[in-house]
Amino acid sequence: MDAPTTFEPTPVKHPTTVERTAEREFVVTRTFDGPAHLVFDAWTKPELLKQWWAPKSMGMSLVSCETDVRVGGTYRFVFGLDDSQTTAFFGTYLEVTPPSRLVWTNDEGEAGQSVTTLTFEEKEGQTLLVLHELHPSKEATDEGIGFGDGLRETFGQLDELLVGLA
Amino acid sequence: MVQYSSGRLDVSFAALSDATRRGVLEELGRADASITDLAQTFHMTLTGMRKHVGVLEQAQLVTTEKVGRVRTCRLGPRRLDEETVWIDWYRQLWESRFDALDQVVEDLKQKEKTDGRTNDV
Repeated sequence: MDAPTTFEPTPVKHPTTVERTAEREFVVTRTFDGPAHLVFDAWTKPELLKQWWAPKSMGMSLVSCETDVRVGGTYRFVFGLDDSQTTAFFGTYLEVTPPSRLVWTNDEGEAGQSVTTLTFEEKEGQTLLVLHELHPSKEATDEGIGFGDGLRETFGQLDELLVGLA
Repeated sequence: MVQYSSGRLDVSFAALSDATRRGVLEELGRADASITDLAQTFHMTLTGMRKHVGVLEQAQLVTTEKVGRVRTCRLGPRRLDEETVWIDWYRQLWESRFDALDQVVEDLKQKEKTDGRTNDV
């Protein structure tokens, strides 16, 4: 077991699926090459969340990230969209069951609260992550709640444009 | 239940990521226009506008036709419905996040292995 390894393993890229399962529901699934407790950590520890939650390729950065991971505890992520604009993503943890289940509300939307349920299912060293988002109304779902004002604005422009094209 | 496949709208997204190109689509939604008209409307060089129109053409959001010396642009065959655009953006966001998360999980795995070895000693 003590064979020295000098190569850096490249993670295998698993497909991400997104389904709209109902008018107000979205389900995202993805498999990760690691045990559930590590994937769970990556979703709950700020120093780890900072490494992946705001992808640079999407023009985002995470300015700050605070989590109080217990039932009734809150979280707050602040995104930077550019130098002058920031937008916050915040809510409360409803269920915390390491390493298999995490449920939180997302409270920044004007149309009401959305609820995200995450399940982590470990099988043979891999973890299947299922993210389930339930939006307060069809309108909120359509408006793209959870993306923050800056992105909503961008989408607002796109919406107007698409309406114009229809 | 609708499943959205990956990559289908990537070209459209690149095309729509630019404010000028979105503006061009809006203009063409009102009326067909020549490259020269568009360049004037957006205070841009002809070469610059040709590039933007080229990107939109590739995404099939715009078609162009040359009649005499004038190249006329109009909206192309592809129409994007709002929900599809939204979902595709949402999928891209999670895909980008999860690619980064793969690396985090890999690092944690390595760290755990190393720590495990240290503890054994």
